[in-house]
Formats: sequence, structure tokens, C-alpha cells
Amino acid sequence: MKILVPVKRVVDYNVKVRVKADGTGVDIANVKMSMNPFDEIAVEEAVRLKEAGVATEVVAVSCGVAACQETIRAAMAIGADRGILVESDADLQPLAVAKLLKALCDKEQPTVVICGKQAIDDDSNQTGQMLAALMGWPQATFASKVALSDGVANVTREIDGGLETLEMKLPAVITTDLRLNEPRYATLPNIMKAKKKPLETVKPADLGVDVAPRLTTLKVAEPPKRSAGVRVADVAQLVDKLKNEAKVI
Amino acid sequence: MAILVIAEHDNASLKAATLNTISAAAKLGGEVHVLVAGANCGGAAEQAAKLAGVAKVRVADAAHYESQTAENVAALVVANAAGYTHILAPSTANGKNVAPRVAALLDVAQISDIVAVESADTFVRPIYAGNAMATVKSSDAVKVMTVRTTAFEAAGQGGSAAVEAVAAAADLGLTSVKGRELTKSARPELGAAKIIVSGGRGLGNSENYHKLLEPLADALGAALGASRAAVDAGYVPNDYQVGQTGKIVAPQLYIAVGISGAIQHLAGMKDSKVIVAINKDPEAPIFQVADYGLVGDLFEVVPELAKAVG
Repeated sequence: MKILVPVKRVVDYNVKVRVKADGTGVDIANVKMSMNPFDEIAVEEAVRLKEAGVATEVVAVSCGVAACQETIRAAMAIGADRGILVESDADLQPLAVAKLLKALCDKEQPTVVICGKQAIDDDSNQTGQMLAALMGWPQATFASKVALSDGVANVTREIDGGLETLEMKLPAVITTDLRLNEPRYATLPNIMKAKKKPLETVKPADLGVDVAPRLTTLKVAEPPKRSAGVRVADVAQLVDKLKNEAKVI
Repeated sequence: MAILVIAEHDNASLKAATLNTISAAAKLGGEVHVLVAGANCGGAAEQAAKLAGVAKVRVADAAHYESQTAENVAALVVANAAGYTHILAPSTANGKNVAPRVAALLDVAQISDIVAVESADTFVRPIYAGNAMATVKSSDAVKVMTVRTTAFEAAGQGGSAAVEAVAAAADLGLTSVKGRELTKSARPELGAAKIIVSGGRGLGNSENYHKLLEPLADALGAALGASRAAVDAGYVPNDYQVGQTGKIVAPQLYIAVGISGAIQHLAGMKDSKVIVAINKDPEAPIFQVADYGLVGDLFEVVPELAKAVG
């Protein structure tokens, strides 16, 4: 069983992004970049399935600029066997990425694609669902537990108000939620080994995919700021303020 | 111009998130239709027909829509998409599951989590966990969007829309829901509560969380929430989580107890009308967004507060 894992290079989750003064976007010059945390969970899950003898090969894919190679190498250091970079300097939006992944799925024929549920930069939460739609495959989003066997996946999903257990036919797309697993730290020997693993580069045109963006960002602005209020001395003063000033209780 | 809203419901009744989505649809300026896909979902359809601003309710009632799987619902929406310029769903677990699938099948982009409608093709949405707001314009013929429910008022009552049946699409048979474990609670739903009492790592353990926060929530008629740290530490189940990766809430009153205020938590609650922070660390970032901050030992302050408001 082959598992494909798409990984995205994003601004590291510890970085507090700043909106550019001209309102054209956020400033990502000289900012630390990392693998999207939800994708890291996806890689970890795929590698665990391989270690458990369920999967035979884990292929990491990234779509974006040449530097996305680093993200693929990071996936390999966790345990992915090989990588594919779809290199493009274009603004790749979720639909375009889903189409690129579809082209790769047609070629690679994976049994399962495990994606992060959303990227922490554009917060779209779309690519996995879109890929499943384009492939005509079932999907299990927001997974907190995955069991694969014999052409069937049983996935526990996080839904509003609790959990749902879904059974679906393979091939399928699974997207990861936070509590699926805790990704390992890549060890130095594994980071060294990752440098020697095969990494293929293709272009969107090679895959016959039009990646032209459908959405244009007109403006990026700071969110409205909330200013700090007052400190209250004790419970009595707090209750008084809530009752008589804010009038919320 | 007509707009289709995909209803969120449990067959018997509509979920509150649908009401906010209808308000967002009304801002687009067109006839608003609501699609109710379910099994024995007449109750939900009737409620939708009574909402102000709804022109038509379209009901697909079939056994294979019972659990509203993304595959079957998306196929149904696409089969009925002709004539609609916009297709909206609430930005809930369900909406986020279905909407991108609909968009991909229609070969259009999906616009996630809109918080404002600038015009029929231009919308505002948060990016980077709400640290920036992007204004985006769509060039697609159909705009498929999810709506951040806290950013729009709930639609009122007083409508009398026509209810019409639509033919069910074929059952794709790709997935089946084996079970749902829903947290049972007599308290209000987190997403719709007027008051939320939320706890963090400062509570120390699960026992303290329940022992301290439940009496306060009961005294206020509030829903209970938690920070990601508290959920990860196992104090409460994941559906209590407030934050960018959990629930986005905007109650009248949000009481943060023992929550330091990590950016991802603030992203989920900073639109609350009034925020109260109770924390022993005066430097905790939560105080920077709190209207009323109380520096103190929560083990003394919380029971005292519960008593004072009870």
C-alpha cells in the first residue's frame, strides 16, 4: 500500500506575522519557514502505518517554490521514502494544488492520501476535500484515529459536539486533526539519511495542470485591535462591573 | 440572481449556524434558497421556511442523506446548482467538510470563513489565525463559500417560504457512518452560548476543572469551554476547545480561567463582547485582551465568583 502525503511550506507557527505597510500581504522576508504542523501529523501517521507493516511506501509531495525541497526533506527525515516537488513560483491556491495532486495520484496510484486539515497560513481547509472530489474518492476529514485494513478505512473524526466513526472504501483521502498523533523529532542520523533519498522535480505544465489563481487578494489589513481594559481588585468589584457597567449578567 | 444555503441540521431541527449563514446570504442581495438534505428532515425544513429572508426551501429527503456524508451531499448540491450565483455553508465541521467538495466538482475556488461581504464577488476573511484580514475577489461564475457564523447576526423568524421537494441524487455508497459519540450536556451549545466559562492549564487537572468551573457555569447558565492546552492535557474532550483550530466563539461574556492567552486561543474568542480574565500571572497575555482582569488564585476567586453571581 502506497501513501501519498502532501506537505506545505509555511511561516513557522511560532512566528507572529506582520501585515505589510502597503497592505499587499504579510511580510515573510527573512521569516523562519517550516512544514505546516497538520502536514507533519500526516507524515507521522503515514510513517507509523509503514512501521506497522500496513503501508509499503510513503511519498511526500510539495507544491511551490524550489525551497519546498527543504519541507520534503523534513518529511523524509520523519520517514517518508521519497519526494516529489511540483515546482512553481505562482500563487498556488487550493483548487490548483488539488489538481496537481490529482495528476500525481493518477500517476502514482496511492491507496491513501493523508493531508493536513488546513495550512496555518491561508487557513483554507480545502485541499484534501477538493482532491477527494476530483478523484471521485471518499474523504474523512479531521481524523483523530485511523485504522486501515483490506480495502477499507475506519476513521474517527472530530465533529461539532463530539466524535464520528466513518467507514470508507479505499482509495480515499484522510485529513488530520491535532489529536491524531504527536509527530516525532527527526534525529540527526535520519536528517542525514533524508538527504540521500530520491527527490524528483516536475512542473505544473508537465502534469498538464492550469494553476492560474481564481481569487485575487485586493488588500491585507491588520485585524481590529482589542485594547486591554481594567484590572479589578476583587470578586465584588468584578461582579459590580459585569452587572452595572457591562450589563452582561 | 439566487443564492443557495446548505442547511446544517440534525433532521429534526435546524442548527443555529444555519441562521447566521442565511444572514450572510441576505447581504449578497438576491433570492435566498435553503437546501435541506436529510432523512425524515421535514422538521428542519419547516423551521427553515419560517426564517425571515428565505424565499424557498428545497428538501431532499432520502435514507442515504441520514448522516449527511460529504460525498452524497456534495453530489446533490452540484446536481441542483444550476441558476445559483453563490453557494454558502456555515464554517462548521460539517460545512467545511462539504463546501470544498462542491467547489471542486464545479471547478471553482472556495472562499473559506468569510467575516464580511464587500460586494457580490468580494469578501473579507481571516488568514494566519486571524492575525491578518484578507479582502479577496473571486473571478469564478459561482462563489462557493463558508461563513464564520460569529460574524453575522442570526436570521429572525417571520418568513413563510415555499417548501419544495427535490429529487435525491444516487447514493454513491462510498462511506458509511458507523457511530457518533456526542457529548451530552444540559448546558448551552458552545457555539451558540451567551456566556462561556473557559478553563486552561492553570486548573491543574481534570478534577479541578469540573469542581471549579461547573458551579460557576451553572450559576451563570453558561457553556463550558477550554484552551487547547487543557484539552491536550485531557481535562475535557476535544469539542470543548476554543481557538483557531477549535471553535470560534463570540458570546456576550467570556470568562477565561487559568488561561494564559496563547495566540491560537485568542483567535477563537477575541470577538466576544466582554472578556474577563482570571489568572495568577499578571503578565499573562490574556490580560491584554480582557475588559476586566483579576489577578489572583483561581482556586479562591472562582468559588467566590460562583457564589456572588448564584
